[in-house]
Amino acid sequence: MSAQSPGGSIRTERSARARYRAIRGGVFYALFLGSILVGIAGLLALLIDVFMDGLPWLNWSFITSYPSRHANQSGILAALVGSMWVVGLTAAFSIPVGLATAVYLEEFAARNWLQRVIQVNIANLAGVPSIIYGLLGLAVFVQLLSMGRSVLAGALTMSLLVLPIVIIASQEAIRAVPGSYRHAAYALGATRWQVVKGVVLPQAIPGVMSGIILALSRAIGESAPMIAISALVFLTFVPNSPGDKFTVLPIQIFNWISLPQADFKGVASAGIIVLLAVLLTMNAGAIWIRNKYQKRRNE
Amino acid sequence: MRFSARHTLLPAALFFALALAAACGGGNGGSETGLSGSIDIDGSSTVFPITQAVAEEFRKTQNKVQVPVGVSGTGGGFKRFVTGETVINDASRPIKPSEVEAAKANGIEFIELEVALDGVAIVTNSQATFVDCLTVAELRTIWAPGSKVNNWNQVRSSFPDAPLRLYGPGTDSGTFDYFTEVINGTEDASRADYTASEDDNVLVQGISGDRSSLGYFGYAFYAENSARIRLLGVDAGKGCVKPTRETINTGTYAPLSRHLYIYVNKKSLERPEVKAFVEFYLKEASILAEEVGYVALPASDYQAGLSKIR
Repeated sequence: MSAQSPGGSIRTERSARARYRAIRGGVFYALFLGSILVGIAGLLALLIDVFMDGLPWLNWSFITSYPSRHANQSGILAALVGSMWVVGLTAAFSIPVGLATAVYLEEFAARNWLQRVIQVNIANLAGVPSIIYGLLGLAVFVQLLSMGRSVLAGALTMSLLVLPIVIIASQEAIRAVPGSYRHAAYALGATRWQVVKGVVLPQAIPGVMSGIILALSRAIGESAPMIAISALVFLTFVPNSPGDKFTVLPIQIFNWISLPQADFKGVASAGIIVLLAVLLTMNAGAIWIRNKYQKRRNE
Repeated sequence: MRFSARHTLLPAALFFALALAAACGGGNGGSETGLSGSIDIDGSSTVFPITQAVAEEFRKTQNKVQVPVGVSGTGGGFKRFVTGETVINDASRPIKPSEVEAAKANGIEFIELEVALDGVAIVTNSQATFVDCLTVAELRTIWAPGSKVNNWNQVRSSFPDAPLRLYGPGTDSGTFDYFTEVINGTEDASRADYTASEDDNVLVQGISGDRSSLGYFGYAFYAENSARIRLLGVDAGKGCVKPTRETINTGTYAPLSRHLYIYVNKKSLERPEVKAFVEFYLKEASILAEEVGYVALPASDYQAGLSKIR
């Protein structure tokens, strides 16, 4: 169309279109920037609010004390250690099982109806509300297998909850490893297991770590399934073995918020800061590991 | 190959190390008088502050006895108590016949002990100055199952034409059980179209922000928030009475002052640490209950409780 017009007209038409494109680009840029700012502003407001309420209550004795009826003597030790136990054991259970499942489904399983059924089920399990897992854990681990309301029962329940996340993320990571790598290894005479162990897994680790970060972050913040397993909010000891009673950070924080005394809102905020700190430390650790492997891979 | 094995082991090792470090974190000193063991308590979140205070003080004298306290609610706690899973249940209402049956079926005998008094406060927004007092009949009109009352002038013709919005505890709460029984006549019979929350602080916030509100919850929550909301009196035929420490203690704030209980597994009292704890509870409850916002019983009631367990 423009080829038929004289030269000058082409130039104006082009610049008009360019201007239109520039405006459209600008509008969408502003829209997307706005979207991300909404999220960041929300997070900032939340953080500022929590820190203003909580910082005055946050000190070393808060970390090392047990709960108390006096706000200024209250501490979070039992819940902090309980959460670490649960998350540690959850990681120990869910990572090997989740990774092995992902490897099986991606590298070993035949592409048949069974594999599809398993796949659909895992995807659905990822969307099941967490309280359902809590009730399942209560019925199976606490009562049927008579583990009692122990750290072990809590961690196993949490493992079931996060397994689908670990599996799906690991599968994605494994799928992202280029097929040509596998072919090259097979061409050199490697067995299937050698390919998985020596080629696929090392390549997939960074992606797998991202999934684990997500899964364990969820595990440490979940309160509903833990309330079904253990609704303890006053504990003056820390668990010393997987068979001990326990409480976790979200339950303790929830209890403080529901107390009538206004001071406990500050204590609860201090608890939230501790929870955030644990979460960020865990994530930083996992990101550090991920980056280390990514670098090695690129060398 | 050696390389890749380390890849998968490292994260697992990291979290094991974390858990291990956590496990070594705590620890108690020695004990003075040698009692030890664990006293498992669950039940009402209303009674929880008293039990927590007692457990906290008890620990100062007997630091080898572990006293974990949960807040599954009065009913949720009884479910565990009647199977023998817990030895003490905090309760903001007396045990129900169905729960007594369940205990019997499991061979669990128990002792009921009164530990404090609590009033159910009827509150409204601080700007609703036109109302000072409601009769029990008016409360029933408002809260009865299926009630369609949604304007203040439907409650009493002298009240202004203003929408009436209701706030109250959810169905798992012992306060709900108690209020519905004494106001509506049948436990758990209540209209359902009100803002319900198990968290009384949410109710306080809702009422303080809503000029046309009416709600009820435990007196302790009113006492901590008296500047933000307006307390109403209740007229049960003997004039208007507002809940105070005194009217709750003497029972003149009727019918909305109630007893708070602990239920103790009878067999567990054979364990010296449980007996010591319950005795300690009854001796200290009058001071500690007041400290956390409740009203103490007359001293003779605690004596009666002590003689029950001896």
